Amino acid sequence: MTPDPTLADITAEPGVPKPDPLLVLDGVRRDFGGVRAVDVDHLEVQRGVITGLIGPNGAGKTTLFNLLTGFDRGGTGRWTFDGRDVAGMPAHRLARRGMVRTFQLTRVLSRLTVLENMKLAAVGQRGERLLPALLRPVWGAQEADIERRADDLLDRFLLAAKRDDYAGYLSGGQRRLLEMARALMVDPTLVMLDEPMAGVNPALRQDLLGRITDLRDSGRTVLFVEHDMDVVMSISDWVVCMAQGRVIAEGPPARVAGNPAVIDAYLGSQHGADDEQGSEETTS
Amino acid sequence: MDFLVILADAGRGALGPVAAIYALAAIGLNIHFGYTGLLNFGQVAFMLVGAYGVAVTVAVFGGPLWLGVIVGLVAAVVLAFLLGIPTLRLRADYLAIATIAAGEVLRLVFNSGVARPVTGGVFGLQQFAGAFYAVNPIPSGNYGFGRLTFSQRDLWVMLVGWGAVALATLGVFLLVRSPWGRVLRAVRDDEDAARSLGKNVYGYKMQSLVLGGILGALGGMLLAVDAQAVAPNTFNPVVTFYLYALLILGGAGTVLGPVLGSVLFWFLLLFIDSALRQAIGAGYIPDEVISPADVGAVRFALVGLGLMLLLIFRPAGILGDVEEMRLEAGAGATPRRRRRGRKARPAAGKRTDERVGG
Repeated sequence: MTPDPTLADITAEPGVPKPDPLLVLDGVRRDFGGVRAVDVDHLEVQRGVITGLIGPNGAGKTTLFNLLTGFDRGGTGRWTFDGRDVAGMPAHRLARRGMVRTFQLTRVLSRLTVLENMKLAAVGQRGERLLPALLRPVWGAQEADIERRADDLLDRFLLAAKRDDYAGYLSGGQRRLLEMARALMVDPTLVMLDEPMAGVNPALRQDLLGRITDLRDSGRTVLFVEHDMDVVMSISDWVVCMAQGRVIAEGPPARVAGNPAVIDAYLGSQHGADDEQGSEETTS
Repeated sequence: MDFLVILADAGRGALGPVAAIYALAAIGLNIHFGYTGLLNFGQVAFMLVGAYGVAVTVAVFGGPLWLGVIVGLVAAVVLAFLLGIPTLRLRADYLAIATIAAGEVLRLVFNSGVARPVTGGVFGLQQFAGAFYAVNPIPSGNYGFGRLTFSQRDLWVMLVGWGAVALATLGVFLLVRSPWGRVLRAVRDDEDAARSLGKNVYGYKMQSLVLGGILGALGGMLLAVDAQAVAPNTFNPVVTFYLYALLILGGAGTVLGPVLGSVLFWFLLLFIDSALRQAIGAGYIPDEVISPADVGAVRFALVGLGLMLLLIFRPAGILGDVEEMRLEAGAGATPRRRRRGRKARPAAGKRTDERVGG
């Protein structure tokens, strides 16, 4: 995939400023006891492109995700989203501001139907307040709108046939699709995907890739963590590599893949007694 | 042994004031446990504050009954906040611990000599609901058919009690079908998922706790009014467990579950009670096996047995959806999917190594 033109002239070095950053991190750290799991001095995520976040296991990618999205509020440092300081903001408020995440292990609401999963995600619902909830006329029209939007998205995500099934009956790949479609119901500016391809079969994989590039093409920003390098290299416009909590490299995909520091980080963590064993461990 | 007497006793239990009181408190518990997944093991504490709100206001301070009702409701809201603020941000177990402890603490404090000027201590308070019976519109007499009759006094309590149950059920029916109820069920399934979609999980749990607590308090008030007396030891932890038993019997997370559960629970309990007494009286059961004094305990053992059988053969309760329950336990198509997931991940990892390494 051709890199976004706005990123073409940027030097590929950690912490480099970008022309139109949506997310800016400054001195973001997270300690667990004596271990510093995340230690990012400066990082900018460009608006409107797909940024891939890679790194060996234990590099702090998911921890960083949790910090940025407000799920882990034990971090320090500053980060701004769309120009506003959002450090320490609770997860639900960040989501309403347009930063929506998915999870490494899918979290569909299994005892809600697929359609209910979708409708739940719409923001600003009048019927979500206790007293208006009692009066259907107050929220009925809005609910019908939301249902139309949900049905459109379910169509696009190949889930229309599953509309009225409990989400708990979906397969692993369908859960990924539902999670992504559901995130879109929030109408996010930034979509953060934590290992969107994990446990997805090859046939569905291509579909999911298409959905992710669609997100960018519809003007949204995507930041995703992924272990599958084929995926990262094929859809990312920009790749950030973390190791031991720090950003050790960033740049266009091809540049990062050839970066000695990145190769070191991966091989370094896998130079065990048994290479096969090592790779099993780091990925499970 | 008169079968009609047994049926009349059981029917009195199923329709009487106590069944309505338990149904009301169980509807509250259903909002907590059935729809939000909150493990409230101290519903009886809400009943206690409701009951004492009325009793203390009227019997000790000489206030009007309506003020007592308001005091009871406010006390329930305060209790919900006290329990919820420290625990609702934490894992579900913390609320369970806090609520069961709060129930016992309240009971013991209300029992204590220190609190006696206000709560009446062990003896409790009596005769505070005169105003309630004074407005009883039902002419005196006995109503019913055959042996199943109620006095005008009972009927008045039942009218108000079942009326409240009907209103609460209607409220729950409307709420769980609204987007508000959808968020509640989402919180029950997976808090983090709800949070990631912009829902203020803490706020919803608090609303649920307050709302269910208010219904518990209403149940407590009715209990106090029905007996014209309150004593701390009425509010044992075991009341909460009866509530759970009948809620699960009827079907947790269903609109009518707590009502059906309460009616059935009291029907069965009094059916067994009456049947045992009749059988002993008629000499079918010798005194050495079960004496009349043991009936109170034996009936609970038998009801317990019945509940166990029910849960074996109908684990989601009478109205519950077994499919939905299996999903809660993580069943569905999970076993196959798990295996597939485990295989797919290392394969993806290997490809990663090749690319970056070479």
